[in-house]
Amino acid sequence: MTLKMQQSYHHSVAVKVNEQQVGTKRGYTFIQANRTWLPKVLLLWVMAMALLSLTIYNGMDADNRVRRKEVLGSMCDQRARILQDQFSVSVNHVHALAILVSTFHYYKSPSAIDQETFAEYTARTAFERPLLSGVAYARRVIDSERQEFERQHGWTIKTMEREPSAIRDEYAPVIFSQETVSYIESLDMMSGEEDRENILRARATGKAVLTRPFRLLGSHHLGVVLTFPVYKSKLPPSPTAAQRIEATAGYLGGAFDIESLVENLLGQLAGNQAILVNVYDITNSSDLLIMYGHQNLDGDLSLLHESKLDFGDPFRKHLMICRYHEKAPASWAALTTAFLFFVIGLLVGYILYGAAIHIVRVEDGFHEMQELKFRAEAADVTKSQFLATVSHEIRTPMNGILGMLALLLDTDLSSTQRDYAQTAQVCGKALIALINEVLDREKIEAGKLELEAVPFDIRSILDDVLSLFSEKSRNKGIELAVFVSDKVPEIVVGDPGRFRQIITNLVGNSVKFTDRGHIFIKVHLYENAKAMTDTKVNTCLNGGSNESVLTSGSQKFKTLSGCETADDQNSWDVFRHFSDEDFRSDASINVTTNNEASEDVGLMVCVEDTGIGIPLKAQGRVFMPFVQADSSTSRHYGGTGIGLSISKCLVELMGGQIDFISRPDVGSTFSFTAVFGTCKKNVFNNMEKRNAEALPSGFRGLKALVVDGNPVRATVTRYHLKRLGILAEVVSSLKLAAGSCGKNGSLTSGGKIQPDIILVEKDSWISGEDSVSSVWQLDLKQNGHTFKLPKMILLATNITDSEFDKAKGAGFSDTVIMKPLRARMVAACLQQVLSMGKKRSQGKGMPNGSSFLQSLLCGKRILVVDDNRVNRRVAAGALKKFGADVECAESGKAALKLLQLPHIYDACFMDIQMPEMDGYVFKSCFMILDFNCSVIYWLYFLDR
Amino acid sequence: MLGWGVDRLRADMSRLLAILFHQGVLDEQFLQLQQLQDESSPNFVSEVVNIYFHESEKLLRNLRGLLLDREFSDYKKMGIHLNQFMGSSSSIGANRVRNVCVAFRAASEQNNRAGCLRALELLEHEYCYLKNKLHELFQMEQQRVLAAGARYPLQQQQQH
Repeated sequence: MTLKMQQSYHHSVAVKVNEQQVGTKRGYTFIQANRTWLPKVLLLWVMAMALLSLTIYNGMDADNRVRRKEVLGSMCDQRARILQDQFSVSVNHVHALAILVSTFHYYKSPSAIDQETFAEYTARTAFERPLLSGVAYARRVIDSERQEFERQHGWTIKTMEREPSAIRDEYAPVIFSQETVSYIESLDMMSGEEDRENILRARATGKAVLTRPFRLLGSHHLGVVLTFPVYKSKLPPSPTAAQRIEATAGYLGGAFDIESLVENLLGQLAGNQAILVNVYDITNSSDLLIMYGHQNLDGDLSLLHESKLDFGDPFRKHLMICRYHEKAPASWAALTTAFLFFVIGLLVGYILYGAAIHIVRVEDGFHEMQELKFRAEAADVTKSQFLATVSHEIRTPMNGILGMLALLLDTDLSSTQRDYAQTAQVCGKALIALINEVLDREKIEAGKLELEAVPFDIRSILDDVLSLFSEKSRNKGIELAVFVSDKVPEIVVGDPGRFRQIITNLVGNSVKFTDRGHIFIKVHLYENAKAMTDTKVNTCLNGGSNESVLTSGSQKFKTLSGCETADDQNSWDVFRHFSDEDFRSDASINVTTNNEASEDVGLMVCVEDTGIGIPLKAQGRVFMPFVQADSSTSRHYGGTGIGLSISKCLVELMGGQIDFISRPDVGSTFSFTAVFGTCKKNVFNNMEKRNAEALPSGFRGLKALVVDGNPVRATVTRYHLKRLGILAEVVSSLKLAAGSCGKNGSLTSGGKIQPDIILVEKDSWISGEDSVSSVWQLDLKQNGHTFKLPKMILLATNITDSEFDKAKGAGFSDTVIMKPLRARMVAACLQQVLSMGKKRSQGKGMPNGSSFLQSLLCGKRILVVDDNRVNRRVAAGALKKFGADVECAESGKAALKLLQLPHIYDACFMDIQMPEMDGYVFKSCFMILDFNCSVIYWLYFLDR
Repeated sequence: MLGWGVDRLRADMSRLLAILFHQGVLDEQFLQLQQLQDESSPNFVSEVVNIYFHESEKLLRNLRGLLLDREFSDYKKMGIHLNQFMGSSSSIGANRVRNVCVAFRAASEQNNRAGCLRALELLEHEYCYLKNKLHELFQMEQQRVLAAGARYPLQQQQQH
C-alpha cells in the first residue's frame, strides 16, 4: 500500500513539475518568444543601415555635384566673357585699322600709306591685337582695272594656290600686309572660298564679319578671318547695300589664330588644368564646327556647360562648351561619413543582437535553472518522503526485533546469552532512537510536526534530564547543575517532550565534549535576562569589570567550577543579579506571576560547558543537519550531527531562537529562547497539587547553612533547597560557618538562623579542614545545651573511598550527597538523614520506573469509563497490575451514577470520545456536581 | 521429552510473534498487553483478545450491513463503529487492522462508497488473518502451559 501511495505521490510530483513548466513557458518575455526572428531582424537592420548610408552618400554627393556644376558654369562663363572681350577689343582695332587705311590711303592723295608704312605700323601696334596673327589689306580690283593694277604694282594677281589668277569680275589682291602674314601679298582674297564669302558679306553690311573656322594658310592652325570693308568715299547716313558695294575700295582682313590664342588666354586663367574648353561655330546648327579644342571628346562627358559667345558678327553664332578634364573625384567626405554611419549602424545592430541573444541565453539558463530547481525541490520532497517512509518501514521490523528481544530476555538465559541479548536490545534501542531522530527531522522539514500544548513543570523536566546524565557526569568528574530563576512560573504550557528533547540534546552534547569543569543549565525569563545583560554591558563599559579574581596565585573565574566559560555575559555578576533578585523579592514574584497569568512567557535557557569548544571555522555550520563540527569529531565522539539541527527546528517551532558562543578549548554556551504559555491557576490546581506531591513538603521551614566558597555553586544548592522549602544561608568558608553557629550557640535569642542542616561543599571542606574540628567541637558544646545538633552533609561531585572514610571521621557521619543535585534526590537524602522518611510500600520486584506508579496507585479505587469493551478490559488490567482497585462503567451516564456523592473513588479514567456522553460533557456535568475526585482523561490517539 | 516440547513450542511462538511483528500485524501494544498478564490473571491476553474478536465480529457485521444497504449508507454511524474498532484494535496492538480502519474511516468521511467497500473487504481479510494467527498463538500457548504445567516446575527444567 505504501508503495502505491509513493507511486501516486511521484506521479503528483511529476504533474506538478509539468504544470510549473507550462507556467514558466507562459512567462517567456517578448524577446524569448520571438527568438527565431532575431537573425532575420539583424539582417533587416543591416540592410536598412546600408540603404540609409547609401542615401546619405547620395545626398552628400548631389551637393558636391551641384557645387561642381556651379563652379564649372562660373568658370566657363568667365572664359567666354574674357574671350569675347578680347575678341571685341581686337575687332575694334581692326576696325580702327580699316578706318586708318581708308583715311590715309584713299582720302589722301597721293596715298600716305605704302606697304612699308603699313607693315611697320601694324607691327608696332600688334600688342593691341593679341588675338590676331596678322592683318592685311586687299584692294578691290575690278577686272577692267586689272591690267592697270598689275602694271602699277609690278606683279600679277595670284590665287590662293599661288598661281596667276584666272579672269574674274573682281579681284581682291592683298597690297598691304603685316610682316607676320607677308606671304599672302598679291594673293587674291576672292579666290579663297571663305574669304570671298566674307568679303561679299562685309562690303554689303559694312560691318566686321567672320569666316567659319578653317585651317589658316601659313600656320595651318584653325582660325577665322575677320574682314572689314574699306570705303573710298564717305557713305550716306543710311546707305543701302548697293551703295556700300559701290563705295567699297578694299577689305581689311585679320586672321584670328583662335587655337593658339585661346590657349594663351586660358593659360593665364586659374583652373586651366581642371577644365577642358571647346569653342564651336554653330552658325549651321546641324554641323558644329570646332574652332578650338579636340574634336574627339574626352574628359568628363557627364557634366557640360555651354556659354554663348558673341564675337560681334550677327551672322555667325559661337558657343563655348566647358567640361572637367577629369571625372569628378569620389567624394571622400561623403564616402567616409556614409561608411562610418554604416559601421556604427552595423555595430549598434550587432550590439542589440548580441544583447538579445544574451537575454535569450540568460533566460534559457534561468528557465533551465528554474526547472532544475523545481526538480531538486521535488527530489528533496521525495527524499524526505522516502526517508520518512523508509524510517517508518524500518521501525516496524525493529519493533519486532525489540519486542522479541524483550521476550527473549524474559526467558531463562545463561549470563552470556543475556549479555548478548541485552547488547542487541541496547543497539536496537539506539537504532530506533536514531531513526526517530531522522524521522523527527523529516517531519519538521515537511512541516508535519505539531507541538503539544500541555501544562508541565519545567523544573522537574530539568531534574529528569539531569538524572539522565548524572551517571556520566559523575564518571567524568564534571559538575552538572541546573538553576531555574524563581520568576519562571511553576507550570508552563508547552510541549514537555520536545523541550526535554532540546535540553537533552544540548546537555548530551556538552557532556560528550566536556572532560573537566562543569555543565550548567540556567533558565531565566527572557525579558529579565535581556535587561540584565544590558546592565552588565553598561557596567563593563563603565570600567568596573571584575570577571576574575586572583586566588592563591592562579586565575579563578566566578563560574560553577571555577573554569573559564565562553560567554562572559553569563558570568557571575549577571548571575548574582538574578539570584539576588530571586531571593529578595519572593513575595512580589507571586504577584507578578498572578498578573501574568494566561499570558505567554519567554524563557531563556543557557547550557554552559567548559568543554573543547567548537572550532571557529566550523561555527557557521553547527546547525546544519548531518554536519558535525569536524569530521574527526564523529570518530572521536560518535553521533550523527543531527541533534542540533533538530533542536534548532524545535526551538524555532517554539517561537524562539537558538544561538551559541564558543571559544575553542574554553567551552561553549548554547542559549535558546522559547515561548511558553502560562496557565490559569484554578484550572490546573490539581496538576499543581500533584506536582507538589512529587516533592515532599516535609522540609518546609527547615533552615540550612550552605558552606561553599563558590558563590555560583552555592546559589545552585540554595535553589534546590529552596524548592524543598528549606531556608538556606550561604557562608563562604567553614570558619565563618563555625562563627555563625557559635554566635547562635551563645546568643540563644538574637541569632539569625539556627541551622538544622549544614551542607558543606567538598572543596570548602578540603581547603578548610582544620576548622572542621572546631565545628565538631562546637557541636559537642551545643550538645550540652538543649539545641538539636545540625546535621552535617557533604556535597561532592566525586569522592574516593578514602576521602569518604576521612569525611566520616571528620564528622560528616550523616551522609554524602553526590552531585548533580536534584531536588528530589536531595529530599530523599534529607529524609534519610532526618529519618523522617514516610514508610512507603515498596513494590516487590518492580523496575524503578513503575515503582512510583505502583506507590501512586496501590490501593486506590479507580473508575474506568469506556464504551469499548476491549479497551475497558485492557485498562482495567493495566491498572490492576499496579495494585489499583478497578471498577468499570460502560457509559458516561453509568459513571455519573456511580459517582454520586458520597463515592469511594480516588480517580476516574475516561475515554474522551464516547457516544451519548463524551469526556467533555461528562466533565462539565462533573464540575456542576463538584465532586472531590480527580478526573484524568484517557485519550486514545487514534490517528497516530 | 516434553521439556523439549515446551522449548520448541516457546520457540515456535516466538517465531510466530516475530513474523507477526515483522509483517506489522501486531505492534508493541501487544507486548504490553502480555506484560499485564501475571499470576493474578493468567488468561488476561486471551480473555481480552476474545472480547476483541466478539466485539469486532459484531462491528464487522454492522459495517457490512450498513454498507450493503444500497439506498442509504449511514456514514456517521459507520464512523462511530470504525472509531470503536480502531480503539479496540489499538488496545490489543492489531496494527494492520487499525491502519485499514483509518483508511476506511477516511473513505467513509468522504462518503466514498466504492472505497468503503474495498476497505471493508481488506478489513475483513486482515481481521481473518489476525484471528487465525492469534488462534494459532493461543493454541500453542495452551499446549505450552499444559506441557509445562503437567510435568515440571520451572526450576527442574533448568537443571536439565
